[in-house]
Amino acid sequence: MAGSRPTEPQPEAAPGGGRFAFRARVFDADALRRATIRIAHEIVERNRGATDVVLVGLPRRGPEIARRIAAAIRSFEGVEVPVGTLDVTMHRDDLALRPVRPLGPTRLPTDVGGRVVVLVDDVLFTGRTVRAALDALGTFGRPRAVQLAVLVDRGHRELPIRADFVGKNLPTKRVEDVRVRLTDTDGVAEDVVELWAPSDVDTAAAGGAGP
Amino acid sequence: MPEPPQPEATAAGTVLCLRGGTVCDATGERRADVLVRDGTITEVADGLTPPPGARVLDCDGAWVVPGLVDLHAHLREPGGEDAETIETGARAGALGGFSALVAMPNTSPPLDDPAVVAAVAAAGRRAPCRVYPAGCVTRGRAGTELAPLGELYDLGVRVFTDDGACVADAGVLRAALEYTRALPGAVVAQHAEDPALAADGHMHEGAWSSRLGIPGRPAVAETAVVARDLEVVGHTGGRYHLLHCSAAGSVALLRAARDAGLAVTAEVTPHHCVLTDECCATFDPLYKVHPPLREPGDRDAMVAALAAGVIDAIATDHAPHPPVTKERPFEEAPPGMLGLQTALAVVWTHLVAPGRLTPAQAFAALSWRPAAIAGLTAEGHGGPVAPGRPAHLTVFDPQARWRLGADGLAGPSANSPFLDVELTGRVRHTVVGGEAVVVDHEARR
Amino acid sequence: MTGMRHLLGITGLDRPAIECYLDDAAAFWEVLGRDIPKVPALRGRTVVTLFLEDSTRTRLSFETAARRLSADTMSFQARGSSVAKGESLLDTVRTIEALGVDALVVRHPAAGAPHRIAGWVDAAVVNGGDGRHEHPTQALLDCFTLRRHLGTGLDGCRIGIIGDVAHSRVARSGVRAFSALGAEVTLIAPPTLLPERVETWPARVTHDLDAELAELDVAYVLRVQRERDAARRLPPLHEYYARYGLTEARAARMKPHAVVMHPGPMIRGLEVATTVADGPRSLVRDQVRAGVAVRMAVLFRLLGSPAGGDDA
Repeated sequence: MAGSRPTEPQPEAAPGGGRFAFRARVFDADALRRATIRIAHEIVERNRGATDVVLVGLPRRGPEIARRIAAAIRSFEGVEVPVGTLDVTMHRDDLALRPVRPLGPTRLPTDVGGRVVVLVDDVLFTGRTVRAALDALGTFGRPRAVQLAVLVDRGHRELPIRADFVGKNLPTKRVEDVRVRLTDTDGVAEDVVELWAPSDVDTAAAGGAGP
Repeated sequence: MPEPPQPEATAAGTVLCLRGGTVCDATGERRADVLVRDGTITEVADGLTPPPGARVLDCDGAWVVPGLVDLHAHLREPGGEDAETIETGARAGALGGFSALVAMPNTSPPLDDPAVVAAVAAAGRRAPCRVYPAGCVTRGRAGTELAPLGELYDLGVRVFTDDGACVADAGVLRAALEYTRALPGAVVAQHAEDPALAADGHMHEGAWSSRLGIPGRPAVAETAVVARDLEVVGHTGGRYHLLHCSAAGSVALLRAARDAGLAVTAEVTPHHCVLTDECCATFDPLYKVHPPLREPGDRDAMVAALAAGVIDAIATDHAPHPPVTKERPFEEAPPGMLGLQTALAVVWTHLVAPGRLTPAQAFAALSWRPAAIAGLTAEGHGGPVAPGRPAHLTVFDPQARWRLGADGLAGPSANSPFLDVELTGRVRHTVVGGEAVVVDHEARR
Repeated sequence: MTGMRHLLGITGLDRPAIECYLDDAAAFWEVLGRDIPKVPALRGRTVVTLFLEDSTRTRLSFETAARRLSADTMSFQARGSSVAKGESLLDTVRTIEALGVDALVVRHPAAGAPHRIAGWVDAAVVNGGDGRHEHPTQALLDCFTLRRHLGTGLDGCRIGIIGDVAHSRVARSGVRAFSALGAEVTLIAPPTLLPERVETWPARVTHDLDAELAELDVAYVLRVQRERDAARRLPPLHEYYARYGLTEARAARMKPHAVVMHPGPMIRGLEVATTVADGPRSLVRDQVRAGVAVRMAVLFRLLGSPAGGDDA
């Protein structure tokens, strides 16, 4: 797996003071594109078309993924699905636990009342971001339904929340990190999704990934 | 001066030997021990042998000087005893090396009445250091009618002032100067701040007040009054003393008046020699004083004028306020800071140690010059340290490094910016009327 | 910028710090446009407005901001100063803090009162205007309003501040904020309404409004503070209006896209003509709405993160 990479990621400092090391590639660019298209098909299928659908991405990467889903729907369905951005920082319930981040923009392209809103994010983990998003969405109006699309569902939910459309279910350890890097949001040459782990978790597998 | 029957605190029967110090007074400096018997200096010589039963005060490495004299202390009694009393103020003075304080008359009631003045004078004779009341220039310090200057004079008052308020009416000032010409030794002491120009101001008017939005009291509020007053003095004669000079412009006016032969003297506070208006950027009312802390150029002019003798004396403007009054915004707090316990140490730390004043200049400005201005030389204050003179002596250790903490304050007020700040030089002993009222930094009464 | 505990003035804020507040304010401006203009960010927090000087507008703006953030609010008002009531400011503040307070918004007639309070309490302190000293949220909302209106930054924007600069906390904060963001500020007033040592301010100074009008992108009109000692410093007010009032005729001579701002409350017919205050150049209404967004940003930044960090 890691041996095929042109450049090797080096272990780097983790927020907790330890170091993280590369464990596994979850998606390469092609796989990510195929998963996105499949999600787009499932959204149209579930909603019997895309007429009332609004895609709302959650920063940082949700808006870009939502745009890609919208592009896919346009290509096979010929429908222009509105895409928006919803920053949920001020709706989080864990603000007091972390430093304040700069607030991101919020732009909803249309009145969400009576529409089907599909929230789009890269990774579904504890579910707290989605809860905040549902809360935030409520301040704009009353959608007919809210659905959730994510590239990766890594488990460890802390709230009764599940995704409607999933690119990949990925069993992880809680301490591990799923890293999504997109060309448009992260300045990388190719889209990629990887699993990283603290160096002291299964050191052999992590540290042994050299050329 | 006629003495009411109340006896002064004396030290009959005690013998003190101040041993190992260097004496400095108006006659010069010399290595000498000082023997004190029954309140009077009996011998001043090097290598004295203490007589049997004498109490020896260690003066090794220390200056032995005539007791310090403060021309300007607010002791708040009567009326402001929650801030200070004559006794606590005099104890603060003794701890600061003062043997004599001139108590400002802006009490409640003010010292414009013979009965009130007599009571303060009586309390002052029993206090840890001697307290001499100043009298008001005008009734109620209102600036309009003269107080009974002659009656107060007969009670021993020599300094007349409405301090805290300016005698703003030139006609009233003229009358006071003319009338006191008949009272030998009397002096009219002016708080020179034009009330209209200083109106509603709380700090020096300058770049800092502009920035802080605190209404200002401009230097011209002082210099305009000084210029006018000196013109009046030139016309009337009489003795005029400028209280707490703070503006560089006043110094040139004083110098010209002195050159013209006028009987004009002036004092400056330690804080105006050391602090500037920048301190107000803390918004801490500890730094609120009238006249206000001014700019670095003014501060430096004060020190230069002291060194040149244009300003005669250093006076504390000791102004206690109970803590609650400083728990307010700058503009709502009353002006004034403590000074008695730290005056000499602050002067030493900031002026003498860096070489801007000689030790003799500092002692002159804090002892014999103010004693002469207040007419206290006859009372034995201000030296010289010589046989036959009353024993008012201060022993000052110029090397000691110390901090005055809140627990070391003599009175209930704590409004000093020099608290918990390291100072160089400390009063070791104070002898008042032959009694050792401070020994090894401790007040004995 | 992170870790700021109080907002006591524009003094001490650099350009990035100011811009950070303005960026957050933009996010809250969007919230104010929602069907339900309220977010739960400060749920469970308590914001007290301690106003020892009358100002209904500013107090309502802060309380609205706190409630839009789901904070609880309490209001403490007193006519006159704490001295007049016989209680020391320290006692007043300690009493309020004992009720359990996360932020204290202070309006006081004396300069530096919020700075003193910040030294006495654990709560975050926001200066809601202190004497002639500072009014930082007013300056931030003015910058926010201008930035929105211009669609760009304030760099090179020519702002004329007209009137009673000497007595104005709005001017003291405004000049600092505008110049920090790159605007060119000119103070336009008779000499008696200019602050002492005005040459130390980051601004040009002129006494001639008419000569300056055509150069301005923004005419920022200050209130003439008649309750202070302006009367002693000014000839009769009709003379002031004739020379420094923003009349319709003067407004007509401004650049086509120039705007008029005023911190309120306005004295129509003294500083500014009614037709100008309500006219197409006026940003006065925008300023009021911006006030809520900016104050949300301030409260959010001071309270929305874990306690600790550097003092302001």
